[in-house]
Amino acid sequence: MPVDNVTASTSPANRRAPAPQAGDPVSIQVEGLKKAFRIPTQRVDSFKERLVHPFAARDFRELKALNGISFEVRQGEFFGIVGRNGSGKSTLLKILASIYRADAGTIRMAGRLAPFIELGVGFNVELTARENVLLNGVMMGLTPRQTRERLDAVIDFAELEEFADLKLKNYSSGMLVRLAFSVMMQADADVLLIDEVLAVGDASFQQKCADAFHEMKEKGKTIVLVTHEMATVEAYCHRAMLIDGGKIRQIGDPAETGREYLKLNFERGVDTSDGTAADAAGGARLIDCWIEDDQGERATTLEHKRPIRLGAELEIQRDAAGVNVGFVIANADGLGLFEFGTPVESSRGADAIAAGERVQVKAELENPLAPGRHFVHFGVQSGQGGIYLYVHNALDFVIFGGPPSKGIVSLEHEVEATVEPAEGKP
Amino acid sequence: MSSVAPIAELREVNGPSALGGGPRRFFDLLWLISVTEFKRTYFGTVFGYLWSLVRPLMLFGVLLFVFTQVFKVGSGLHNYPVLLLLGIVQFTFFQEATTNAVTSVVAQEGVVRKTQFPRLVIPLSTVLTAAFNFCLNLVVVLVFILAWGVEPTWTWLLFPLALTALFVFTAAISMALSVLYVRFRDVAIIWTVVGQMLFYATPILYPLGKYGLENPEIEHLLMISPLAVIFEQVRVWVVEPDAPTAAAAAGGALRLLPAIAIYVAVCAFGAWIFNREAPKIAEDL
Repeated sequence: MPVDNVTASTSPANRRAPAPQAGDPVSIQVEGLKKAFRIPTQRVDSFKERLVHPFAARDFRELKALNGISFEVRQGEFFGIVGRNGSGKSTLLKILASIYRADAGTIRMAGRLAPFIELGVGFNVELTARENVLLNGVMMGLTPRQTRERLDAVIDFAELEEFADLKLKNYSSGMLVRLAFSVMMQADADVLLIDEVLAVGDASFQQKCADAFHEMKEKGKTIVLVTHEMATVEAYCHRAMLIDGGKIRQIGDPAETGREYLKLNFERGVDTSDGTAADAAGGARLIDCWIEDDQGERATTLEHKRPIRLGAELEIQRDAAGVNVGFVIANADGLGLFEFGTPVESSRGADAIAAGERVQVKAELENPLAPGRHFVHFGVQSGQGGIYLYVHNALDFVIFGGPPSKGIVSLEHEVEATVEPAEGKP
Repeated sequence: MSSVAPIAELREVNGPSALGGGPRRFFDLLWLISVTEFKRTYFGTVFGYLWSLVRPLMLFGVLLFVFTQVFKVGSGLHNYPVLLLLGIVQFTFFQEATTNAVTSVVAQEGVVRKTQFPRLVIPLSTVLTAAFNFCLNLVVVLVFILAWGVEPTWTWLLFPLALTALFVFTAAISMALSVLYVRFRDVAIIWTVVGQMLFYATPILYPLGKYGLENPEIEHLLMISPLAVIFEQVRVWVVEPDAPTAAAAAGGALRLLPAIAIYVAVCAFGAWIFNREAPKIAEDL
């Protein structure tokens, strides 16, 4: 079966434009940004409740979403902001976009800012594409006249000429995405703030995103991208910033930030949103966890059909009579595709591991995975079945290349279809 | 690639506000959204605009029958049907604009939470859309007034003044309602009732003065409401020059002061509360 028919240019990693230099002009300057949310312990939603509980609204706890954030983004830079859920990354983006107001600190920005943080949020599905493009253009700060002049170009770019007067509620999701992209590309803003755009859609859509961002990068646009997905950051960003608990934990090289992020995930380890994790007793600590391609290089994007190598290093924290380790590969929808594992072999006999001992895990598996995002969960179990450690989404990676397919995996197959001569005819 | 010219000067970002993003963008957006919404509502269906006219006309027909044939309130007054129609059309504007404004900000949640959007555009566009509709209805009313035999006078020139007062009042109430609804969801229910009360507290069904209410004490009391003052003055300026003016109905020009005070207070409150809440709307939703 031919494997090498995919050219390297489809890999987003190869599309990185030259990074802005230290002397380049600053595009976004943030100093000492603070933001706290007051979360009422009991929400007062009506006048009646306000009357019945006149002091209820004073019962609130303060959640410090951002606690003194300062950074600069240079012109033409693709800047990633990563962090776990609730780390404050989206709050930061919303403050940058003037959707939330900061409690303290200053933000200064150069040039025109695109007012959207997600694709297509300004769309009204009751209106036609033409009307929506007009509306979006004006939201972007263009005059209605300028917008009307660009109207045809936007519709052309989205390849939706035939559907320009169709209401958006009758559009397919693919058409909507094309229109949203086209609007964003034509808006010609200098600074773009984007929240998790790359997380939606399939691999071909992500590829389209990559192309679009590449084009914007070449035009010298400044892009700030918020995501919790390291693969995206490492593939596109010049620099990345890791936020944790409302503070900057790391800022700089995307790969370094990625490692720091990974470490952060392991520290917290147990994801309480998952049922199985609630039982985790904490008998092991994950030190590192990674994916390699078949060349032995650490990677976040892998080509379809090339073997996947997984690695992990952990420390056992209590004496145990036998420990099992295992991985689960899941797709972007969180569907578990494959689970595998092994008992840990100790040099002193199979079932005696002492506290403080380190375990190296290495795995290699074939790669029939369909193009798209995938996750790896990692777990450690004692011989008796107690869970020592469970890290949900310990790793994530993107599969690229391969034939377009509707399934979640592509299996080796032979298929034939022949015409059988009809009876009674020569 | 070592030295790149800066695109623009660094400018301070001040966060969300009622007008956010500059006055030109504000007015462009307000106009475009109102026009688009107006077109969508009234030109989307085959009968389009006719439908928007049918509602006040039917209400007019029913009320005209009830109050001239059953209660005989307006039967003594030659111009009663004209007054009734004019009053209904004006009040329909007030009610349509404010009712739509109540839920407007919450309904636009996606835009408020995910874009940098001048918040004030949202309630004002509902008012402007209703105003477009109102203006079209007024054309029909005007034809009706002329056909009824009302003589145009120079005071017709003052009509736009009264309409401006009505627009500003409606806009202020819409602004206040739209942000209060974000925090207190019972505003919608309360406003339905208050709207009904205002309808009866405004001289629409019953004319004031001769052949009408003929009760000076109640008339004095009614003139506390800015809406009643505006409606009564429109009656004098547009239809019946000899009808009691708002000042006369109130029992002297000085007695109009409470209505003026309420008017100013409502407008100030609308502007103040909207300005205060606007930066926080996205967080409260």
